[in-house]
Amino acid sequence: MSDARAEILGKIRQSRGVIDDSAAEARLSTRPRGIIPARTDKAPGVLVDLFVTQAEFVDASVDRVASADDVPDAVAAYLASQNLPSEVRLAPDTQLDDIPWDQRPTLLVSRGKTDGSHEVSVTAAFAGIAETGSLMLHSGPESPSTLNFLPDHHVVVLRASQVRKSYEDGWDDLRRQMTSRPNTLPRTVNFITGPSRTGDIEQKILMGAHGPRRLHIVLIDDGFIGTSTPEKFDGI
Amino acid sequence: MESTSHRFPENARAALTNEALQSALGKLETGFVVNRATAAGRLPEFEALRDQARDIKNHTLAHLDYYLEAFEAKVIENGGHVHWASTAAEARQIILDICRTVDAKTVTKGKSMIAEEIALNDYLAENGVEPIETDLGEYIIQLRDEPPSHIIAPAVHVIKEQVAEAFHVAHTHLDPNRSLEEPRELLEEARAVLRQKFLDADVGITGANFLIAETGTSVIVTNEGNGDLTQILPKIHIALASLEKVTPTLEDTTSLLRVLARSATGQEFSSYTTFSTGPRRDDDVDGPSEYHVVLLDNGRSGMLGSEFQDMLRCIRCGACMNHCPVYGVVGGHAYGWVYPGPMGAVLTPTLLGVEEAGHLPNASTFCGRCESVCPVRIPLPNLMRQYRKREFERKLVPASTRAGLGLWAFFARRPALYRVATEIMGLMLRVMGGKRGRIGWLPAARGWTAHRDMPAPTGRTFQAQWAARRAVRPQSSKDASRRTKL
Repeated sequence: MSDARAEILGKIRQSRGVIDDSAAEARLSTRPRGIIPARTDKAPGVLVDLFVTQAEFVDASVDRVASADDVPDAVAAYLASQNLPSEVRLAPDTQLDDIPWDQRPTLLVSRGKTDGSHEVSVTAAFAGIAETGSLMLHSGPESPSTLNFLPDHHVVVLRASQVRKSYEDGWDDLRRQMTSRPNTLPRTVNFITGPSRTGDIEQKILMGAHGPRRLHIVLIDDGFIGTSTPEKFDGI
Repeated sequence: MESTSHRFPENARAALTNEALQSALGKLETGFVVNRATAAGRLPEFEALRDQARDIKNHTLAHLDYYLEAFEAKVIENGGHVHWASTAAEARQIILDICRTVDAKTVTKGKSMIAEEIALNDYLAENGVEPIETDLGEYIIQLRDEPPSHIIAPAVHVIKEQVAEAFHVAHTHLDPNRSLEEPRELLEEARAVLRQKFLDADVGITGANFLIAETGTSVIVTNEGNGDLTQILPKIHIALASLEKVTPTLEDTTSLLRVLARSATGQEFSSYTTFSTGPRRDDDVDGPSEYHVVLLDNGRSGMLGSEFQDMLRCIRCGACMNHCPVYGVVGGHAYGWVYPGPMGAVLTPTLLGVEEAGHLPNASTFCGRCESVCPVRIPLPNLMRQYRKREFERKLVPASTRAGLGLWAFFARRPALYRVATEIMGLMLRVMGGKRGRIGWLPAARGWTAHRDMPAPTGRTFQAQWAARRAVRPQSSKDASRRTKL
């Protein structure tokens, strides 16, 4: 269909007149940020609180724990509260390696992607976005995307140090991580803001349309509160 | 789908007497409208973000070919494929050809208005590939064999009893006496039926809200998660999008996303905003092994540089139709094609021609509510007015309307005669109104008076009042204040 390509681009150029794309070239190389809502302009600790408030506003549940050691108990407590069997599918993510799962010998933990037969997944996240209480996750050998969508319950282990103000801060972090192939994103980047929902039957909002019915965040208060632009917090 | 836009008046008349439809439409004002206002109110920067969204879109359209080529280069660099289609037929053929490379039996689909525009489902079905809509609303209307009536809530015209009926007919493997009274029961049934379809599909087709030039990424925005299951489970992911969906950078896309969900459903962010770049990587453990983007023109390149270029800013949020008093009473099907409401009243004549869809820009009260909520500030009423003008110039307006406008123009060009004529007209109407001051029947406006009385004019004509006020020029501030009260 190269004919269509030439035809379409030709028509566009015809309507443009003088062609000077320097502004577009500059935009792609400098990637200017737009307006970032002032609600995110908060001291680090308050930013984590904003993340929690916003996540709960979109019907995620949040359990704040002191350290990675508390995560197995928190997960077991969540499973019990939902009357779920004591079994989870865990992402093969090194971020989760410091969690002492064997402290809960009755909790059955398997690791890998899912074919849809697992009721509960536990994954890490790349970042938490305080602005809207969104979780930023991306695909990779350690973080299969199927875990984010097929199970009925998605449990995400997030650290306070991963909470960022805005999506833009998340993008900058991801770009830094992708230094081997600049401007190349992982196959899938998910911003997850609350559980799956629909309003397609008489505009009545119901949870659990096709994705997880519940989104549960176990937030580890790991003391270090970072942002990708820490200099902005000088003096607060 | 075949357009019935030329039959808008008949479609609208039928819609007004359709009780189920009227019941469904009654929920628009309390749902979307209130939610959008609340979301906008929660964000002090919302109006500034709308300006910024308009500017990003204008900048992109000014360099559209540059950004499309940049996008294409990045997709290829990441191991994906880009297919260009000038027409709907070309796009359908490209998609069918891709499906055939894996001998596809079933194809799952995320919600895509472009797929509706090119009538993809019928074409695939005719050629032996079964398309399965997975967005709940789209699934419902696919079972009911009808087009969407709203661009983000395709089944907004359907009431739950009708959904139950469609499920009883389609899901024959289930107990015919099961209860389907509650929305929750309907949802659970759809979830269970579609889950297996997701797992079995050979190809997943989604639309795209944005295509990012910087990274060669397609973006989808959903609440159900169906779009994600559609694009990560099958072997092949096809993203189908029109040219103007391209955006420069991740930052620009993020800025546009800040106004999209708020304008659409009133959410701050949709549940799932997903960025897809290329096929699965060598070390990935899931995801599609092929990634294709089909870029559709279908008349859009011709809108660039025309008086309708502003329409290409549209990000398909649906706010214009949610707030439209005409859409609110006739619903989406009356518009006769894929795109309803004010955005459809501009886009449909552009894509199908003013001969087919000339009624649509006339189906407006010109109240301006659509423009006042548009996240990218498209001057929708003005664009509709352009079509009215074009329609008149091409002599597509009925003879009686042309004659009436001609008669009005004759008097309007002769001010003295106009004044006398309007005085006489006012007097006649007052006589016709009688003691009640209501007119029940007017020869030139029977359509209007069939449903209500017209109030007879009281007092003098506007011009006479204006002249009288000009004669008494305000001398003091007291007069000036009196004047503003009049």
